[in-house]
Amino acid sequence: MSQNFVLKKGLDIPITGAASLNLAKTIFPDIVAVKPTDFKGITPRLLVKEGDHVMCGSPVLADKKNPDILITSPVSGTVKEIVRGDKRKLLAVLIQDDDLMESVDFGKKNFKDLDAAQVKQILLQSGLWPVLVQRPYGVVADPALTPDAIFVSAFNTAPLAPCSDFSYGNEFANVQTGLNALAKIAKVHVSLDANRPDSPFAKLENAELHCFKGKHPAGNVGVQISHIRPIRKGDVVWTVSLMGLAFIGRLLNTGRYDVSRKVAVTGPMAIEPCYIKTVPGAAIANLAPYYGTGDEPLRFIDGDVLSGVNVGRDGYLGFFCEQVTIIREGVDKELLGWIRPIRFHQFSTDHSYFSWLMPGRKYDMDTNLHGGERAFMMNDGYYAKFLPMDIYPIFLTKACLAGDIEKMEKFGIYEVLPEDLAVCEFVDPSKTDIQDIIAKGIDLMLKEMA
Amino acid sequence: MNPIFEKGGKLYWLHSTVDAFETFLHVPGTVTRKGSHVRDAVDLKRILILVVIAAAPAALFGMWNVGYQHGLAMGQTGVHILEYFWFGFLKVLPLYIVSYLVGLGIEFAFSQARGEEVSEGYLVSGFFIPLIVPVDIPLWMLALAVAFAVIIGKEIFGGSGMNFWNPALLARAFLFFAYPNYMSGSDCWIAFRKGETAVADAFTGATPLALDGASAQYGTGFWDLFIGIVPGSVGETSVIAILLGAFVLLWTGIASWKIMCGSVAGALLVGWIGQAAGITDIPCYMQLLYGGFAFGTVFMATDPVTSCQTETGKWIFGLLVGMLCITVRFFNPGYAEGMMLAILLCNTFAPLIDHCVVSAHISRKEKKLKTA
Repeated sequence: MSQNFVLKKGLDIPITGAASLNLAKTIFPDIVAVKPTDFKGITPRLLVKEGDHVMCGSPVLADKKNPDILITSPVSGTVKEIVRGDKRKLLAVLIQDDDLMESVDFGKKNFKDLDAAQVKQILLQSGLWPVLVQRPYGVVADPALTPDAIFVSAFNTAPLAPCSDFSYGNEFANVQTGLNALAKIAKVHVSLDANRPDSPFAKLENAELHCFKGKHPAGNVGVQISHIRPIRKGDVVWTVSLMGLAFIGRLLNTGRYDVSRKVAVTGPMAIEPCYIKTVPGAAIANLAPYYGTGDEPLRFIDGDVLSGVNVGRDGYLGFFCEQVTIIREGVDKELLGWIRPIRFHQFSTDHSYFSWLMPGRKYDMDTNLHGGERAFMMNDGYYAKFLPMDIYPIFLTKACLAGDIEKMEKFGIYEVLPEDLAVCEFVDPSKTDIQDIIAKGIDLMLKEMA
Repeated sequence: MNPIFEKGGKLYWLHSTVDAFETFLHVPGTVTRKGSHVRDAVDLKRILILVVIAAAPAALFGMWNVGYQHGLAMGQTGVHILEYFWFGFLKVLPLYIVSYLVGLGIEFAFSQARGEEVSEGYLVSGFFIPLIVPVDIPLWMLALAVAFAVIIGKEIFGGSGMNFWNPALLARAFLFFAYPNYMSGSDCWIAFRKGETAVADAFTGATPLALDGASAQYGTGFWDLFIGIVPGSVGETSVIAILLGAFVLLWTGIASWKIMCGSVAGALLVGWIGQAAGITDIPCYMQLLYGGFAFGTVFMATDPVTSCQTETGKWIFGLLVGMLCITVRFFNPGYAEGMMLAILLCNTFAPLIDHCVVSAHISRKEKKLKTA
C-alpha cells in the first residue's frame, strides 16, 4: 500500500552551483584512499601491508568487534602507504591504482536462489555490507540482527544534491536486483519524490512505495522513517541508499565488486558544475579542472553544504560520496554587516532581512558564520519550523548537551541523525553546532548502551 | 584583533570588551568549523537591534510625554513638540547612560571572567529599563537595580539565554520592593526640575489612593490613554506607539503572536468577569490601555528566553499573564499595576508549563506508536 505524505516544515537552501545533468568525464585516479572514518561504528583492523597486491573487492580492513564485516578495495593495484594519525590511529590505506579494475569474482547469483543468510553472507564477503546503515544511531548494520524493515530514499533534497534519476535511472535493473535481495532480509520501504511522478523508481517492485512532498529534509531517510514507521526504543531498522542498491545489484548480476559512481561536482566555486564518474577514495586533486588555480581559500566538502565533511584540498572522497561541494572560505570581515537594512548578497530566512521577498533567487554562499556563538536565545518554535518530525529540536539538543539519557530517549534521540537537524543549525541565530551536539549525544548513547 | 588583547597579551583582561566593540563594527571573518558549512545571515545582534527599533517609537513618545506631563503639572497649555521632547530627552538620557554603563560594565566583566564573547542580550534589557521606571527615579537607585537584575537575574545563571526572569522587569521589581516610596504615589510619574512643585489644580490624574502608574490613570479617557498623554512610566503610556512596535515584532516573527493574543484574551476575559460580577465598573477593553499592560504584553511577556518554548505553552503563558495582571488590579487596590508581577510569576512557571506540554506530547506520541 503506498502512502502520500506532505511535509510543510523545512527549507530548501538557495545556493548557486547546481550540477548540470551531463556526465562530463570519467576519472581514473592514480591513488585511492580507503578511509575507515567513513564507516561509523567500525573499529578497523588492518588486513594488508604496504606492497600487497589487491583487486576490486579484496579485503583491506575488518571490524575488530565483528570480523565478518570487511571493507574492501574499490580498485585493483598495490597498497602504497598506510596513513596513521595521533596515537597510531589508522586514517587511510592508500592504494596505487593499476587502472585494470580487476575484480575478485564473487560469481553471478540469482536472488531467487538465495535466502536471507546467504544474502548477508555475500554482502559481508564482498565488502558491500557497510552500505547498510542501522538505526538508531546510524552505524554500520549488525549482521547478527534482523531489522524490522529496510528503508530507501529514492530522492535527495539536500542543497545541490545529485539527481537520483540521472545517477541511477539507467541502472534500474541493478537497483531492482539489489532491492529483491534485501527484501529477503526484511520488508523494504522506498520513498519517492511526489514532484517526480515519472521517476523510473516509481516502477520498483517487491517494496512498499511512499510519496513525500516537501522541502529539505523531506528527502532524508530519517525524516521519512519518522512518518512511515517511527523508531521506538528497542527497534532496529536499516537504511540503504539507491547507490547501495545499485552496487548490490551489480554484484549479483555480474559477480564483480564495482563501486564506481556518478559524483556531482557542485557549489558556487565549482567551474561548470556537472557530474563525473569515479571511484570512492579518489583525491580532490583529480577535480582540479573544476575549481581553477586561483589563490582564493576554498573549502572542499564531501557531501552537501549542510552535513558534508570538509576533506580539504589534499583530501580524498569518502565511500558514500555522491557529491562534492566547493565553496569559498568566508574569511572577510563585513563592515557594519548586521546593522545594514538590506544585505543583497546574503540569504536569511528571518524576516529581519528581505531575502523572503525574492523566493527564486540563489546565493553565492560562503563559510562565514555571520555572527558569534551564543547560548540558545530563540525558543523551540523558531527551529521547529524547519524539522518535519514530531520532535522538539531544542529540547532534544539541550538534553544531549546535558547528557541526560532518559530525556534524550523521550525527546527522540532514536529517531534522528545529526543531518536531520542540519537546517535547524543553518537558521540558528545563536550559531551553535546543533549537529555536533546531537552527534555527541548519539555517541553517548552508543557508549552507555553498549 | 591586536595580539596584545589575545591570551597571554598584556591587555588580555580587555579581550571580551575589545571583541565586543570589534564585532559591533563589523561581522567577523569567523568561518564555520563543525556541522553546517554555510549559515543564515541572521545573528542575535540583528534580532535584538530590531527589538530596540520596535521599542523606539514608545521611547521617543515617552520622552515627549515626560515634557508634556511636566508642562501640564506646571500649568502650561499647548503641545510644544520640540520643547517638551527636549525636556524629556534630558530627563531620560541620564537613565540610559546609567542603565547601559552599569549593565554593560557588569556584562563585560562576567564575559571576560567566563572567557566568552559578550552577549548582546543587555542591548535590549538596557533599552527597556529606563522605559519602565518613573522618570524622576534617583540614578543611584537605578544603578543598584540594574546591577541586581544583571547579576542575580542573569549572570549567576550563566548569562543571556540562561536566565528565567526578564532582567528588565527584575530591575523594576527590585526598585518596587526596595524603594516603594519612589515607585508609587501620585507625584513620582511626573518629572520636575529641582525645587519645582506641581500647580495643584492643573494636575488631574491621580487620586489619594493612586499608588502607581495604572491607578494614576484610572478615570482617564480612552483616547488620552490610547495616544498616551497620561502620566506613567516613561515608555508605557502610548498604546499607539507600542502597537507600532508590536507590528515590527510580529512581522519579523521575533515575538510570538500567540503570547500577545493570549495575554489580550486573558485580560479581556477577567476584565469582563470582573465587570459582570460587579467588582469594577471599568469596561474590560479599558484594562488593555491602563498602566504597563500594553508594554508588558508586547515587549516583556514575549521575551523568547523567559517565556514558554512550546507553541501550546505560549498560549497558556499569554493567557495567564493577561488574567493575572487584571486579577491583581481587581483585588489589590494598593497595588493596581499587576503586569510586572504577572509576567515575573509566569516567567517562574514557564519551565513548568513547558514541562507539562512536552510530557503530554510524549505520552500522546507513545500511545500513538503503541496502537500503530
